[in-house]
Amino acid sequence: MAKRIEAVGVTAYYGSFKAIDSITMTIEPKSVTALIGPSGCGKSTFLRSINRMHEVLPGARVEGRLTVDDQNIYDPDVDVTAVRRVIGMVFQRPNPFPTMSIFDNVVAGLRLNGVRSKPALAEAAERALRSANLWDEVKDRLNKPGASLSGGQQQRLCIARAIAVEPQVLLMDEPCSALDPISTLAIEDLMLGLKDRFTIVIVTHNLQQAARVSDKTGFFSIDAAGEPGRLVEYDDTEKIFGNPSVPKTRDYIAGRFG
Amino acid sequence: MSVTAARTRRRARIPRCTHPQGCARTRRSAPEPALRGRRLPGWALLAIAVAALGLAAAVVYPAGIGNWVLVTVIAAILYLTGVFAAAWSVEGPRSARNRTWSALIHSAFVLAVLPLASVTWTLVAKGSRRLDHDFFFTSMRNIGARDANGGAYHAIVGTLEQTGIATLITVPLGICAAIYVVEYGRGPLAGTIRFFVGVMTGIPSIVAGLFVLSFWVLVISPKLNGGRPGYSGFAAALALTVLMLPTVVRSTEEMLRLVPASLREGAYALGVPKWKTVLRIVLPTALPGIVTGVMLALARAAGETAPVLLVAGGGASINVNPFQDNQNSLALLTFQQAGDASRYAPARAWSAALTLVALVLILTIAAKLVAGRSPLAR
Ligand SMILES: Nc1ncnc2c1ncn2[C@@H]1O[C@H](COP(=O)(O)OP(=O)(O)OP(=O)(O)O)[C@@H](O)[C@H]1O
Ligand SMILES: [Mg+2]
Repeated sequence: MAKRIEAVGVTAYYGSFKAIDSITMTIEPKSVTALIGPSGCGKSTFLRSINRMHEVLPGARVEGRLTVDDQNIYDPDVDVTAVRRVIGMVFQRPNPFPTMSIFDNVVAGLRLNGVRSKPALAEAAERALRSANLWDEVKDRLNKPGASLSGGQQQRLCIARAIAVEPQVLLMDEPCSALDPISTLAIEDLMLGLKDRFTIVIVTHNLQQAARVSDKTGFFSIDAAGEPGRLVEYDDTEKIFGNPSVPKTRDYIAGRFG
Repeated sequence: MSVTAARTRRRARIPRCTHPQGCARTRRSAPEPALRGRRLPGWALLAIAVAALGLAAAVVYPAGIGNWVLVTVIAAILYLTGVFAAAWSVEGPRSARNRTWSALIHSAFVLAVLPLASVTWTLVAKGSRRLDHDFFFTSMRNIGARDANGGAYHAIVGTLEQTGIATLITVPLGICAAIYVVEYGRGPLAGTIRFFVGVMTGIPSIVAGLFVLSFWVLVISPKLNGGRPGYSGFAAALALTVLMLPTVVRSTEEMLRLVPASLREGAYALGVPKWKTVLRIVLPTALPGIVTGVMLALARAAGETAPVLLVAGGGASINVNPFQDNQNSLALLTFQQAGDASRYAPARAWSAALTLVALVLILTIAAKLVAGRSPLAR
């Protein structure tokens, strides 16, 4: 059920500001793809245009083609909610629903999409929480508000919420930036475990993490402040970290940036 | 590896201090701030307060220029000056400014609370005299100028029905309008709605009353009533709706805007359609704030007198049917009794006012308990 994503000339704007310019890349199904690059180079913007989350912001728009299994999701007759049901997302900052308990947060996607059966919800919640390495910490207080968790726990709650609806593509925007090494490892294990079923795209500033979990790596960069971000190099992870072909990539990997 | 090496090299290049006494020179030019200093004792503040009061009284009373109000004001000014001077000499200028500012803020708070406490006290003192069985269970029907009893039953019924109907109409309308403006409205229509809501906020209540009088009582009600125009509690409710609607729309709008965009995005990312996101995520998050706004509007509407007088007439007898014939309200009864020639009327006016305030207070507390605390106020 995993999906191949093909971006062709994807250009995204915030109002009149062009944030990314003509990104072209193919993301293989059943793989982990890492996007790396300096802050502000448009990784989040590109990620958000994969599930049409970019256009939620007023004035933001996307040009180009983005196909998921040969279906252009930017075609006018495409149902946005259906796209997002297939392509889930974990955000850079944890955003649990403040009015809901931990349990309700995890099953929010299922419940709001019409699943009513209590045992099914309970089972899905436990499975998702175990996958996100949060079950042991919250199993005794599932009825407490989701906002009562620590920042890292909230992030894992959001990961659990995203995987509970079983999307076919999972987009993760720096999911581990607020996590301790143990949870980070758990999330990485989760990604490796999920990848025989899903397509995973992850944005990370942690190069070791990119090297550990990803099959392919894309390096984004900007030429100067105010310029749009672009995809500098996209290749197998071993190649990017071992022998990148663009000098700029080599400098970034080696920590000699700017 | 190479990164760490470069970093070490860079650190090594930081120039060492070459003075014989190490870095004592630089240290001397910027003295370490003292963590402990002399503090004004608590009794000193009390002493300054007593001295200020004494001095003010000694000036005001012998000269015969005022009463205790002037004494308090002069004493407050003297106290502020005294605290400033004392703190300056003992603790230094920074602390003096700090103490004066906090004293100022405290006195501003007291100044704001004093009238409120005074109103409450007067209301309770004068209003509790007539809180008897007759007041709550009889009306003003057949009560003449020489009758000591008479009650507000008809007015309580009127207030409850009129504000209740007005709230029932306002809340769905107002919340839907706010949702439209915040979540869906783009372009000129949303801007126009916002503009007119702003204009409506400033409508005087008598204008709302006149509007309903000319539109409902004189034009529509004859058609429902066999050709005769008629006053009704429902007409009053319509006038109150006109007054409540802009407040509810405005406050709901503000509360919806406070809900972070990341929550909406979180729901969208789960494949939840927009309307469901608004209904199940955004509204519940904003609910406590929305309830507060509704209760503010309701409290204002319950206290309106002019529109009720204009379109409900304000009768003396009990009428539980809001759609036909005159109705009274607590605010209107207060107004009528306050201006009545009977020596028993003022007590009824005070009790009606107290009942009105208590009613609004109870409703507000109940609503807050039901809605809970805002999840955003963390
Ligand atoms: N809501 C917005 N409105 C306007 N410009 C934005 C907005 N969000 C991002 N940008 C701009 O778009 C560019 C790309 O931002 P983006 O968030 O995609 O960067 P990023 O690569 O994810 O950075 P980071 O690693 O810091 O998260 C930046 O120049 C940023 O200033
Ligand atoms: Mg980002």
